Amino acid sequence: MKYLAEFRNGEIAQRLAAEIRRMTTRRWAIMEVCGGQTHAIIRNGIDQLLPPEIELIHGPGCPVCVTPLEVIDKALAIAARPDVIFCSFGDMLRVPGSRHDLFRVKSEGGDVRVVYSPLDAVAIARDNPHKQVVFFGIGFETTAPANAMAVVVAKRQGLKNFSMLVSHVLVPPAIEAIMNSPSNRVQAFLAAGHVCSVMGYWQYPPLAEKYRAPIVVTGFEPLDILEGIRRAVRQLEAGAAYVENAYPRAVTFEGNQPAQRMLAEVFEPTDRAWRGIGVIPNSGWRLRDAYRAFDAEARFDVADIRAQEPPICRSGDVLQGKIKPIECPAFGNPCTPRTPLGATMVSSEGACAAYYNYGRFARAG
Amino acid sequence: MCLGIPGRVQEIYEADGIRMGKVNFGGVVKEVCLDYVPEIAVGDYTIVHVGFAITRIDEASAQESLRLFQKLGVLDEELQPEQHAGASGPPACPVHPWGGAAPDER
Ligand code: SF4
Repeated sequence: MKYLAEFRNGEIAQRLAAEIRRMTTRRWAIMEVCGGQTHAIIRNGIDQLLPPEIELIHGPGCPVCVTPLEVIDKALAIAARPDVIFCSFGDMLRVPGSRHDLFRVKSEGGDVRVVYSPLDAVAIARDNPHKQVVFFGIGFETTAPANAMAVVVAKRQGLKNFSMLVSHVLVPPAIEAIMNSPSNRVQAFLAAGHVCSVMGYWQYPPLAEKYRAPIVVTGFEPLDILEGIRRAVRQLEAGAAYVENAYPRAVTFEGNQPAQRMLAEVFEPTDRAWRGIGVIPNSGWRLRDAYRAFDAEARFDVADIRAQEPPICRSGDVLQGKIKPIECPAFGNPCTPRTPLGATMVSSEGACAAYYNYGRFARAG
Repeated sequence: MCLGIPGRVQEIYEADGIRMGKVNFGGVVKEVCLDYVPEIAVGDYTIVHVGFAITRIDEASAQESLRLFQKLGVLDEELQPEQHAGASGPPACPVHPWGGAAPDER
């Protein structure tokens, strides 16, 4: 995009930070919901530009991080089958299941393929009629329209050898779960800009009101994030709690209507387990009955697989903003991006990995 | 995985009944599904996520955001001397440091 350099302008960033410093009179805890924002914040040192009173809490918005262990185990079981071509986004390959990861399945001869788009998996199914092709359908509301389309296209093409292991998660129920937690410290949210590109932000005003928490729809460039923080602080300082859109170039109130129609056609709400957090009611999507024939869980009889998370990993607390990655005793030793114990270290957008990769070994601020 | 990438639509066509296109991401051109952005035209900017355009980027809004950021900067400069001069004293208004009136946002 031709404005990209301008939205990264360091001089204006300093001025926005100065503005935030001037407004801030007391301590505030603001959660950036999206892992992409966490990554941008740490990479650009945005947290270090802020006054010490402002604490950024990293939210659960990383699909790779929150995909439950048992879903990974189901993926591993399906991918190991000789009749299956298992397709996934690349960043799921290193997520550890109970015993190993998809990379291991691949190195042991499993046909595991990284695709750029779910439509690529549909094309692979068409080209390999004698194989079962399974796509790992994870992600938040941003990814879901793409996965929904893949199922619809497979159905339209009459493919009998395509299915999807679906584990979609949704942002608003996660916000509710965080605010309902007795140990919650979050006072305002930076809502994930690209989730809102799809869903709009019509779902948020009742949440802002119910929890008396400002919600600011925020983009991903350094200036976008600083502006999101500035607006959140301005509301907090004024005792206000409403929804603002600080990312109007990509987000409207209604969101992407064709995408929302497609989502409603293909998916219905369901309870979902979040890795490290547990089950959040109505926090996910599953395939509707009309598309159930494409459900890999049923096709491969893995619905009953259960798994236990490693007890030393604190990623659940990290994902809910209760601790910072460096407060986990395993951070850096033994847990690193090369030897991850938990999902938040596996995904490059995970908070633990962001801290590790940018050398944040000491408590900042 | 969850970061959308902005790119410029270079070509639009139909494949298997789906609206597809070529999108240029700073020199790298990829095939992208444009079905969810029926209004998009060649030359428009869009945000692409896992091979799907999810939204059109509105240039006017981009410029408006940049103008707002610049204005905050200008405001900052205007306040600077005052801040230096009054470094030992309290700012004019602790609640509204810009002097009581919120900067015009829209
Ligand atoms: S540092 Fe590793 S073990 Fe600790 S919470 Fe993060 S992912 Fe889990």
